[in-house]
Amino acid sequence: MLSEFAFVGVLVIFATLLPVAGLAVAWLIRPKKPNPIKQSTYECGIEARGETWVQFRACYYIFALLFVVFDVEAAFLLPWAVAYQQLALYAVIEAIIFVAILAYALIYAWRKGALRWI
Amino acid sequence: MEALINWLVTTFPPLSEGLARFIVYVLYSAVLAFVAPVIIVVGYTYMERKVLARIQDRIGPNRAGPLGLFQGLADAIKMLTKEDVTPVCADRVVFNLAPILATMAAILVFAVLPVAPGVIGADLQAGILYVVAVGALGEVAALMAGWSSRNKFALLGAFRAVAQLIAYEIPIVLAILVVVMAAGSMQMSVIVAAQDVPFGLVLPVAFLIFLVASIAEIGRSPFDLIEAESEIVAGFHTEYSGMKFAFFFIGEYMHLFASAGIATTLFLGGWRGPFAGPDSWFGVLLGFIYFVIKTTAVIWVMMWVRGTLFRIRIDHLLDFAWKFLVPLGLILVVTVAVALKLPVIGASSSRWVALLAANLAAALLMMLSVSVLARRSRSAALREVAGVE
Repeated sequence: MLSEFAFVGVLVIFATLLPVAGLAVAWLIRPKKPNPIKQSTYECGIEARGETWVQFRACYYIFALLFVVFDVEAAFLLPWAVAYQQLALYAVIEAIIFVAILAYALIYAWRKGALRWI
Repeated sequence: MEALINWLVTTFPPLSEGLARFIVYVLYSAVLAFVAPVIIVVGYTYMERKVLARIQDRIGPNRAGPLGLFQGLADAIKMLTKEDVTPVCADRVVFNLAPILATMAAILVFAVLPVAPGVIGADLQAGILYVVAVGALGEVAALMAGWSSRNKFALLGAFRAVAQLIAYEIPIVLAILVVVMAAGSMQMSVIVAAQDVPFGLVLPVAFLIFLVASIAEIGRSPFDLIEAESEIVAGFHTEYSGMKFAFFFIGEYMHLFASAGIATTLFLGGWRGPFAGPDSWFGVLLGFIYFVIKTTAVIWVMMWVRGTLFRIRIDHLLDFAWKFLVPLGLILVVTVAVALKLPVIGASSSRWVALLAANLAAALLMMLSVSVLARRSRSAALREVAGVE
């Protein structure tokens, strides 16, 4: 078990090494001729105005909240699914009730208009 | 892997078991992190260009080398020698870390991919959960890139990316849940071993959910709103150039292969096929060939979809995830749970029939409710129009 995670650790090092090495090689051989126009923010014909890092619309936040609900649900259901074939019938019924409550939550959010993209 | 470690220990007696294991791990990681990206990116970009060209009635790349085979190499040289432009207002540290993280996240998925009989980097007990967890790193990379560029297009692209990726993560997890239920384990090797019948045949709805949601997770057409060039230039990597852009590109193709590989492992039986097995070198090689063929077939379907369908609108995209795929996934989990607990009648193959029936029932239920809801909302809209006039 531990040796398997050791492999993941080794792979993390190698997987970081690839982009770092690539960027280093590119840094060595690429031309470097910066000028203010080149380094300005990219735009489409009209110069960007105002601050970019502003507070943004809230509807992303509601989607993120819904996501958290369903992701936690998945975290609860995955162990259930692994042990599924040894479980008695009552565990199945319990899980179905659990899923039904979540489905109701989805319907509630839907009816409240949380899923509408404005 | 284990066979190779044993062989090393027996052939070179001074080698201890731990050292042999370490050597094998380093070698296999090096193959996954350095050799696989080159082959996958060069090979599948070439394939993608040729397939798309054929769909659009063109020839595709045919200048660089025989049949245009060196096109990928030419691109690599171009990317390496391009000047790197970093906007002055960018947050430099995060800006430079984002492409590294994007590539790393895609490569890490390969750790649990059983590419051939017995050849799997880390056969974790929670293997499929690891895939979901590591896949989330890619979303962080997209958000980092968009935020640190300090460009409005990039920031919009990053927000879209996160909204889209988290929306399609849930259908993927629900489809995985169904597979885990049928296989009784999250371990990749056990899931492959459980597929006497490929799960794609007995769980077709879960396979479809997984395939569609993976296309959205990779951010390919028709779900490429993350980088919709007609709306937000190039999305979160607008400000990237040269090798930094190339690493986002490499990350995308690695992610494509990894997703197709996971789909193959979960639904198409992985490396399984006639004469493939962990006992002989020939069987291992044959298993690897089966795996590559199946994965390429899945990738080919994704390319076909890309060449056929147009990009959909952002609200339709989110609606499709939240109002269609998630309810369908929930219904599927419940019907499969019931089907698996039915008393088995006669042969064990009746279990597969029950699973297939559960899938078809879930699909039918979903289609019926969608058509009823659509009719209701359409008639409501008609009544509104009639009321106004």
